[in-house]
Amino acid sequence: MVVIQMRGISKRFGSVLANDKVDFELIKGEVHALLGENGAGKTTLMRILYGLYQEDDGEILINGISSQINSPKDAILKGVGMVSQHFTLVSPLTVAENIVLGFNPGIRLNPLDIEEKVKKASDRFGVVVNPSALVRHLSVGERQRVEILKALYRNINVLILDEPTAVLVPQEVDTLFESLERLRREGLSIIFISHKLNEVMTISDRITVLRDGRCIGTVLKQDSSEAELARMMVGRETYGVTRPDEECTGKPVLRIKNISAFGSKGLVALKDISLTVCENEILGLAGVSGNGQSELAKVLSGLLKPTNGQVLLGETEISRKNPAEITSLGVGRIPEDRQEGLVGELTVEENLALERLGEFTRNGTVNWKKVRGNAVELISQYQIKANPTDATRKLSGGNMQKLILARALSKKPKLVIAAQPTRGLDVGATEYVRNRLLEEKNNGAAVLLISEDLEEILSLSDRIAVMFEGRIAGILDAKNATEELLGLLMSGAKEMINEV
Amino acid sequence: MKFRFRIERTPSPLWMIALLPVIAVVITFVISMLILQIVKANPFEAFYYILISPLSTRTSALEVLVKATPLILTSSAVTLAFASGYWNIGAEGQFFAGAITAAFLGTQVGAMPSYIAIPLMFMGAFLAGMIWAFIPAWLKVKMNVDEVVTTLLMNYVILFFLSFLLNGPWRDPVSGWPQSPAIADSAVLPKLLERSRLHLGFIVAIMAVILVWFILSKTALGLQMRAVGKGKDAARFMGVNIGRTLFLTALISGGIAGLAGVTEVAGIHFHITDAISDGFGYTGIIGATLGNLNPWGAGLAAIFLGLIATGAQSVSRSMDLPVFLGNVVQAILLLVTLSIILLRNYSIKKVT
Repeated sequence: MVVIQMRGISKRFGSVLANDKVDFELIKGEVHALLGENGAGKTTLMRILYGLYQEDDGEILINGISSQINSPKDAILKGVGMVSQHFTLVSPLTVAENIVLGFNPGIRLNPLDIEEKVKKASDRFGVVVNPSALVRHLSVGERQRVEILKALYRNINVLILDEPTAVLVPQEVDTLFESLERLRREGLSIIFISHKLNEVMTISDRITVLRDGRCIGTVLKQDSSEAELARMMVGRETYGVTRPDEECTGKPVLRIKNISAFGSKGLVALKDISLTVCENEILGLAGVSGNGQSELAKVLSGLLKPTNGQVLLGETEISRKNPAEITSLGVGRIPEDRQEGLVGELTVEENLALERLGEFTRNGTVNWKKVRGNAVELISQYQIKANPTDATRKLSGGNMQKLILARALSKKPKLVIAAQPTRGLDVGATEYVRNRLLEEKNNGAAVLLISEDLEEILSLSDRIAVMFEGRIAGILDAKNATEELLGLLMSGAKEMINEV
Repeated sequence: MKFRFRIERTPSPLWMIALLPVIAVVITFVISMLILQIVKANPFEAFYYILISPLSTRTSALEVLVKATPLILTSSAVTLAFASGYWNIGAEGQFFAGAITAAFLGTQVGAMPSYIAIPLMFMGAFLAGMIWAFIPAWLKVKMNVDEVVTTLLMNYVILFFLSFLLNGPWRDPVSGWPQSPAIADSAVLPKLLERSRLHLGFIVAIMAVILVWFILSKTALGLQMRAVGKGKDAARFMGVNIGRTLFLTALISGGIAGLAGVTEVAGIHFHITDAISDGFGYTGIIGATLGNLNPWGAGLAAIFLGLIATGAQSVSRSMDLPVFLGNVVQAILLLVTLSIILLRNYSIKKVT
């Protein structure tokens, strides 16, 4: 029996077509995976179903009846619940209070009463929670169970999970899959949004693949393979051979040895990372966002202390040094987020001087003439459209990035760490930044280029490493790399690649 | 063609930012006018006594500066702290730390000439303010304890400590009142002008404004402070030691607030009581905010607040109104200013 049918759904955000005539169908009692790369339109499609967005075109049928869903409240009344990536729980309240919040008849709230109700629901659905615990004391996995129970408590028969495993540790993933399996057997229909092939092959009955907002097709799990799904996800047939763990041939500048670190959510973000970057080389680091690239950049910039391992710059261990020391040792850093590299309220010349303030200071007072001179020189050298005394926040994204570039490269660094250096830039600024990075490489620097833009990685890198779930999934020579191959590594289908 | 207006979250143009304090004052007066209506006072007459009358004679104009002296110090102290993103609400307590030290040193320096006794008192008070600011600063830097809470609570701790001193060891042996013994003559701050109470403390206050301006705009530490205040993450990325910067900020700010204790003890009262502060530390927050976290602006704002304080007395004397009317006006001014300052981040755009 078909519970949900979405026909020809289109959704446009400005000039971006996020969903282009997408068809999607959900059968009662199945786990249906929605697979696709970041930005393929999976979340948009499900937000339309959950009433968070309205479709521009197309039709939604629930149990065969054409339905207009204007809000999540509508969706819940029609039996559709969603657990988003970012939890919507009130942390000082108890689990029971969170679950009945907005779904409590009348205005009176008896704590014992609702705890009893939630306990019953917990037993009935087999989703284990402690009703009287405060949400702020719960782990991420436990919070997710509360979110799921909160949806189930509202008598839904369709549950949408948006990348539910992204925030979980492996054991929690197993627990989640067990409860989903039980719920499925009891007749719940589940939509599972993911970009991870291995998970999709484990949990789902059918898989619908989206690419660039279009529906590529729906397959049964038993008729498909990771290779086929990867091909559907990235577009063309996969080919090529890889030599994993390819080493560079020049003189090593940066040697990362067995680095592990925790991320901001307290989860392990980096697991035993080892990489080498040599002089005259650009090493591209590809990966879907959230697989540890940000944390690695932070470790190398001195903003995050690893729990294990070493980072050697030449022969100097830098993983426990602070940003000022790392900069002075000859590392130029381009942060992932421009706002994090520049103080918007300070002037251009101040931002250019802050990283090496010692050079502009005598007896504690700043030599403003020298600061100005430095700014004037860098502005002309890097073609930044700004005056030294402009507030930095007034600059365009491209000029801000040039400012960061000027500061990072002006001292002829031995190592350049460029994280998402062209994100959000226009074509001209992108070209400029890429050329500067190539120039640095040709002048002998080692460049670690961290990017989610595969075209950028492929066009600039000498070697390419791919990160997946905090590990290096593979390293290959850029000559052998293709978007498909990288796409496979990025979605965690590494074993398969090694067999090809 | 029809014009419509839309409010956008982009920073206001510069001329608007400069105009905001003026707008705040105007709105304040409109609101206070309503209150004056309630007490059946003629608002124009009242405003004359609050704003104009204190400036109309030499004596009362100088009295405005006398009232402004501790406020200039606390306002610059708070300006330095807030500009660096350290929310020091403890200038009141740091003031008392300085005042207690001045009251103590003032009684001990009778044998010394003034040119030694007075600098000694100022140095002692600066140090005491720093010490009082130390605990919250240390907790903030080492354990990330919110300084808003700790600096505020430290204010009450020192009030109780002072109360202990005044009811115990320092109780005036002659009158039995809870007030400390009078300080030595050599510790009294010299008057700047004949026939007025304006004293050396005013010069110290102006020097404090210059000091804060110098630190913030001329020194490496000041640049780092501003970077931390405006963008902590970016400052950390650029290698600024956030903990060290906040720590130094807190101590210098505390020291400057401590100086205000000397001007009141050695310039005005010559002893200490628990009523010596007219909320100078808290008013410093108003001064700093009203002055847009610019030391010169804070200095001017402090003088303006001194004017209102003087005016509150003159209006109550002349029109038989309660003296806390001035405090009411001050409070309205703070609320209005804080609301208006939010507007700095918005612009009104014309939509065609």
